[in-house]
Formats: sequence, C-alpha cells, structure tokens
Amino acid sequence: MIMSPETRPAPKQRLVVIGNGMVGARFVEEMLARGASERYDIVMFGDEPHGNYNRILLSGILAGTHQAGDTFINTIAWYAQNDIRLHAGVRVTSIDRLAKVVRGEQHIFEPYDVLVVATGSSAFVPPMKGLKGSGAEMKDGLFAFRSLDDCERILAYVPKARTAAVIGGGLLGLEAARGLLERGLEVHVVHLCSHLMEMQLDPAAGAVLRDTLLGMGVHVHLETLTREVTGDTRVEGLAFADGGTLACEMVVISAGIRPNVSLALESGLTVERGIVVNDEMRCVNDADVYAVGECAQHRGQLYGLVAPLWEQARALADHLSGRSPGATYTGSRVSTKLKVMGVDLAVMGDREPLHATDEVVVYSEPARGIYKKLIVRSGRLAGAIVLGDAAGAPMLLQAFDRSSALPDNRAELLFQLSATEHKPSVADLPDSAQICNCNGVSKGALIAAVEAGHCTLKSACEATRAGTGCGACKEEVRAVVELAAGGALREDPSVHYYVAGVPLDKAQLVRAIREQRLLSVSAVFEALAGGSEDPSSKAGLASLLRTLWGKDYDDERDARFINDRVHANVQKDGTFSVIPRIFGGVTSAAELRRIADVADRYDVRMVKITGGQRIDLLGVEKEKLPDMWRDLGMPSGHAYAKSFRTCKTCIGTEFCRYGVGDSTSLGIQIERRYQGVETPHKIKLATAGCPRNCSEATTKDLGAVAIEGGKWELYVGGAAGTRVRKGDILCVVSTHEEVLLYMGRFIQYYREHARYLERTFGFVERLGIERLRQLLVDDSEGICDHLDAEMQRATDAYVDPWTEAFEPVHPSQFVNVLEPVGARGVGEFMVPA
Amino acid sequence: MNNQAMASPPAMCFDLGHVDRIPLGEGRTFRVGDREIAVFRTRAGIFAVDAACSHRAGRLADGLVGDGKVICPLHGMKFALATGQPVGHECAALATYRTTLTATMHVELHIDEASGSLWNTGS
Repeated sequence: MIMSPETRPAPKQRLVVIGNGMVGARFVEEMLARGASERYDIVMFGDEPHGNYNRILLSGILAGTHQAGDTFINTIAWYAQNDIRLHAGVRVTSIDRLAKVVRGEQHIFEPYDVLVVATGSSAFVPPMKGLKGSGAEMKDGLFAFRSLDDCERILAYVPKARTAAVIGGGLLGLEAARGLLERGLEVHVVHLCSHLMEMQLDPAAGAVLRDTLLGMGVHVHLETLTREVTGDTRVEGLAFADGGTLACEMVVISAGIRPNVSLALESGLTVERGIVVNDEMRCVNDADVYAVGECAQHRGQLYGLVAPLWEQARALADHLSGRSPGATYTGSRVSTKLKVMGVDLAVMGDREPLHATDEVVVYSEPARGIYKKLIVRSGRLAGAIVLGDAAGAPMLLQAFDRSSALPDNRAELLFQLSATEHKPSVADLPDSAQICNCNGVSKGALIAAVEAGHCTLKSACEATRAGTGCGACKEEVRAVVELAAGGALREDPSVHYYVAGVPLDKAQLVRAIREQRLLSVSAVFEALAGGSEDPSSKAGLASLLRTLWGKDYDDERDARFINDRVHANVQKDGTFSVIPRIFGGVTSAAELRRIADVADRYDVRMVKITGGQRIDLLGVEKEKLPDMWRDLGMPSGHAYAKSFRTCKTCIGTEFCRYGVGDSTSLGIQIERRYQGVETPHKIKLATAGCPRNCSEATTKDLGAVAIEGGKWELYVGGAAGTRVRKGDILCVVSTHEEVLLYMGRFIQYYREHARYLERTFGFVERLGIERLRQLLVDDSEGICDHLDAEMQRATDAYVDPWTEAFEPVHPSQFVNVLEPVGARGVGEFMVPA
Repeated sequence: MNNQAMASPPAMCFDLGHVDRIPLGEGRTFRVGDREIAVFRTRAGIFAVDAACSHRAGRLADGLVGDGKVICPLHGMKFALATGQPVGHECAALATYRTTLTATMHVELHIDEASGSLWNTGS
C-alpha cells in the first residue's frame, strides 16, 4: 500500500525496481529529480553486469562511430552516489507477492513496499535448425543483436568473416547491417516479409528503401524464410525454405523483440502480450506492483520506441514520487525520427488509411530515395512516412503531435512551396517544439540552457541531455544552439537592427522607446543613437512610433517620406498622382463624372485604372493637390503610403453566377475598417467570391476566398510583385466578422513584429504559418485580446489625411517653389531680373 | 547669362524670409535668379545646394534629411549637404551655397566666389 506523506511521514518505504535498462534507470532518475529519495529506499536489479547504457547506440558501436564508453548513461558509481543499491549482474528468480519480497540469484532477498517491473524485452530468435553447435551455446559466428555483450562478441568475430547475413530487415536488423557494412563485410539482409521495415513503412516506402540499400551495396533477400544455419560448430551459411542457400561466415539475428514477461507470469501478474497495466502503470491485479517500459501492455498497446517509454517513466515517477499523485499515462501517439543506414526517416501514426474517408497523399521520387506519404483524417494528420528528406519532417511531426488543422493545399505539407531558399527549419519552430525526441528536450529548453551560459554545443547538450539519445537530432540541436547563441557566425550585427541608424533590434527598440517614453523620431535619435539622425532611418522610426503611441505620437513631419508629407505618390518628374479611395472598387456614375470633371479642370495628364481597382490621376503639381482633393470630395486612397492600400474584390454573389460568398461587400467592409492603417510595408488585400479567385486573393498580403459551405479561407503572406508567392491559409472562418477579426489580428501582429519594409511574404516565411496560427488562431500566448484592442485603437484614430486640404500643417506644406523676399548686392551691385 | 559669367562674378545676397518658411528638418526649393536652390533647415544648421539631383533631377528639397545628408526622393541618391559630394554613388557633386541667419531669424543665401557657382556652373 502506498501512502501519502501526510499519513505516513516516516519511515521510508522500500522501492524495488527490477530492470536496470534504459527505462528502469530512467524511471529512477526521474524519481530522484522529484526528490523521491526522501521518501523511498531504492533498490535495483539489473541482469547485465554494467551500469546503465544507451541501447540505441549499439549500432554505432558496431559501425565504429561510438565506443562502448560513449553509451554509458550511469556508471556503477552513480548508483552509490545516489544511495541506490544496485544488484548488477543479478537475475531475479521470483517475486513473492504475498510476502512482498523479490528474490534474486546468489540468495539475494529484497522486501518491497512498492515494486516496479521494468524487465524490458529480449531478442526474438525465430525457430530454425542448426542454431546450436556441439554444446548448448550458439554456434560460432551466430549472434543475437541486443546487448553490449552481443556487440562485443560480434566485433570480436568480424575479422574472421568476409560475408555476413543479418536475419531480419526491421529497424534493428538494418542498423546491424549498417554496422557490418562499415566494418568492411559483404552484407546480406534476409527478411521474411515482402518489404523492409514493415512495422514502420508501407510497401512503397519499403521498396524505395530497398533500392537505396542496394545502391550502398547491401544485398536484400525478401520473402525469404531461413530454415537452417549450416555448418557443424561454426557458421558456414544459411539454407532457406525455398531451397536457396547463402554462404557466409557469420549470422546476426535481429528478428524483433519479445517482452520479458516470464517472471511476471510466474508470479501471477496479469499478462497478455505484456504485463497489463492501467493508466497509473499499475498492474491490474496487484496495487503494489507497477510495470513500465517494453514489458508493459497499456491499453492493449506495447511500445518499443524510446520516447513513449520515457513518457511512461515520467508519468510513473510523477505518480509514485508524490509530486503529482494523480498523474496518469494515457498512451502515446507514436512518432519517430531516425536514420536508417544514413537515410533520414520520420514515421508517425498510421501507415495505411483506416477509413474510406481518409485521404492518402503520396509523393515518390525513387531516384533520389525520397518517399512521402500522408494519411489525412478529418483535416488532421493521422499518419505519415517521410523517407529521405529530413527537412520536411519537423513540420509534419509538429502537425501530428499537436493534431493541428492542415492547410487545404496538402502539397504545402510535402514541399516548402513558398520558400525559394532552404531555410534552417529550426528557426521556424515554436519554442515548444521537441528537438530531441529521445530525451524530450524542446527548442525552448535548449535556448534556456544557452541563455543560462551553456554556450557550446557540448555544454548545452550536457545541460539538457539533448542529442544524447539516438543522436539523430544532433544537427537540429546544433542549429538551435547556434540560433540561441546569437549567430556568432553572422557577419554584421546591423542585419538585426530595425533600422540601420539605431543599433537595436525591433524588440529592444520597442522596449527602449516605451521605457524612455520617446514620442518623436528626433527624441529616439537623441536618446538611442547619440543624436545622429540617419535620414534613411527616419521613416521607419516614424512608422513604428505611430504604431506604438497612436494619438500620443509627436508627429515631426520631417521624418516622413515626401509621399506622406503631401499624401500623394511622387512621380519621376516631381509631379504627383492622386488616387481617391473607391471602397472595394465599387463606384457610381456620379462619382465617375466628378472624377472626370476634376481631371478636366486640373489638366490631368493621364487618367489610369489601377491594378487595385481605382482611378489614378497623374501628373499633378504639388500646389494643386489640396484643391483637387476638395473638388473630388473623396477620401485618400493611401496609394502612396506604407499602410493598408486597397482591397480588391470580385463581383461575388450579387451578380456573378458562380459566387458562393459576398466578396464585394466583405471587401468594402475590410477597406472601410482598415483604410490608412500604417504598416511596416504596404499591404494589398483582396476578396474572392469563389475559388476561381478572379481577384487574385491568394497572392495578396491578405486575401479571403469564399468556398462552398459558407466559409472563407483567409490567406496571408501572398505576393505577386518582386516575389510571386501563394499565401498560406491562416484559418477558415464562417462570417465576415471573423474575416475582419483575423485580418485585423494579423495586421496588428505584423505591425508590432515585422522589420521596417519587410513585406508580409517575408514575415510569414520568417515566422512560419504554423507559428502564426498558434499565436493568432489558437492564442497560444494569450496576446489576441491585446492585438484586437490595439487594432481597434488604430482604426479609431484614423483621420483622412486629405482633410489637410482644409488645414495644412504648415503654410508651405504644398508649395513647390518659394521666392526670396528680397535681395541685395555685395560690392558690385546687381539685382537679378 | 554667359556675359555675366564672363564678367567678374558678382556677389549676391538673397533674403529668403523668416526661417519658419521652412519647417524644421525639411527643405524647400527657392527660385533665385533663374536658378532653383534647395534650402534645408536641419537640426544642425541651414544648408543650401542645387535643387535638382544630379542623377535624374529629383527635387532634393522633398528628400529626407539628417546626419548632414539629403536623400533624393526619387531613387535614394545621397549627398553631403555641406560639400555637395555624392555619398555612396558616382553622380556629379552638387553646387553648394553659403547661408546665414540674421538677428531677425531671416535666412540669407549668399552667392559669391567662395560658395558658389550660380553663374559659372551648369549648362
């Protein structure tokens, strides 16, 4: 019976752990980390004579990339230091559940209050003839591949062999094959099934992998049952059920694992395929006994990968340590990232569709060894296989782990459609993203370690244990550490500055402006740039200050670009263009007549329909601007500003026979709400009433596309200018109000976090659409209320700049050329004509 | 004009009016004789240079100013205000003119041998 500390503070309980493998030892470490040594005397049994080692690295020892010493996690001394009594090399012979005693070889006898069974699994040796030589031992040259000792025996035998056969084409078998290949042997993989790694791969992926292996020089024998190991006292070859033979000097059997349950079975615990446990990892027929690891059967499932097993260990430690007595383990969605013979592989969830409605998306490029398959169920990722492409896997693992909604364009999941350059994927990952899947180390934990002073890869790995499991994540770990260490490789720190003239990145700059309450551009230069006013930095600072301070911004007009001083777009000859706002591109005959009259009256040199569905009056002298605006009686279209520009629309449902959403009135609503909102760069929007996308909404900074079922897809980060990029779907919503809400939220986030002159396409690529969805749709950081309120403040503060026609900010605001008020000659007098 | 250029250069002084005709930190174009000159009222003093950018004749008075430089609004060419020298590009230097501020806060623009080239540069 386990009691809480309140009811029995002392004496300590006796915790006995059977099994000192990766999971048993990990469980004890997790207990120690939770202060459980105050509560328990801990005793462990391990039937190997070592401390605890990392079995995943055995193939590395075989391949020569690791030494046995590299694999030790805890030395024998560690146990003593932590007051753990370890019976190393002692096999447990029985559990007396009535007396609550564990008996081991050498007459060892350990009573327990709580017992944890972590006996793991052993190599499965399929039935075949000729396994044993003259005695009870396996024939010379015949090995299982499971333990450190196996490894050492195999290595000792390698010099005596030229050809090796590996029985079993699963993950471990292929790892063994890689090791033997590295040692210079001719390697044959003999596999019973019709494709390799059938536990993880579907037949097509298996075929791609086989071709890759063949290319490496590995011989692969599929659908081949080994009947006999030939040779009298040592291995001479294999004989197959189909009558074929293979001559070889050594054989490694790696045909899967079987849970070690005989001890549990003999002691009367409920055992099916494994030891049956509930969500507390407690045996169903003995409340004082727990099972964890490969030997445990939880909700009908046995796990063999390290990540879920360590989840079990953590949950059990939470529960038993008293840290969180209610903690449970509710099962794992199995996903893993690994290297098979140097080939990157990520697998997660289902391999095949289970329901008629499941979508299967497949991309196969055998020549490059690439195969990708997705199983999509109800818009979420139910499973995936990604072979030969490490870059695409992290995003899929995220989508799978979080069960997040997938982009409707499934190809976005398979390829980085939008990125022309191949960015390191770690920068795009959220802090919560798990980098080391063995040790469950997140990107955030690594960054925290670096910030705590662990500035080398080694030190950060030691502090977090990242990369110390299978090692497959090493490159990603390195990338995160480099990222967190501040890019020591970067050439010029100013690439991070918000503007060139103030040596701070945007976050630092915003903090300084807020803390010192810097309300004007000149005040920023004075306080943060030693008074040096870099002219190219002025407009960027003005934009930021207006975003930060709103009405309190001290608007020094000299910080504005000429367009923003006179609210018109300067042309090559120094004249300006006048583009009044035409909401959603919908005008009227009367408005057009008025525009035509103004064009005549002011001798406009060209009248042009713009790409944003408005009318441009070109060739206007600066002085004429205020009069024209007054005569037009229309608000500014902001066609000159780094701000919301326009929302292009299509005809939508009112007239179009295809329209499924009222894009026209939505576009007008959008334009009315967000007109003139200042942004780090211009933003152009569009709404489309159906997926025909006549208004090209998918290549706008923001676009809303109506789809059947009364929904709107909201695209962000599209572009059709210096770059052509299809936007990413931020979310799919049902109402105009929601479109407005999420657009506003995105715009505000862009206002607060983009670099000056960074278009949305770069911004979206930099942050990653997944990150943006978490922030702006899932509200993962609780900032949405703030964003919505700030956007409301910005729209409330909107004033049509063309009202300056009636009240210029300065008498010479719109003056093109001033005359001197007088002149005098000096010496020889002369007055200019 | 050529005749005048050949003659000994006359020294001239133009009263551009009260300094507030130019908003702080900005520039304005003044028509002086048959020339246009951009006059800037920066936080570090008043400067005068040719009104047209030597690149594509952009109106420099409309440009952003700071740190002793002006940026042409058309293509971003930079010039040093005190010397007229191009900054970071190869376009021709601008002529510069001397200015003074009177006790009544009027800006005076001086066209003389030392500062200028009103009569002997151009065409």
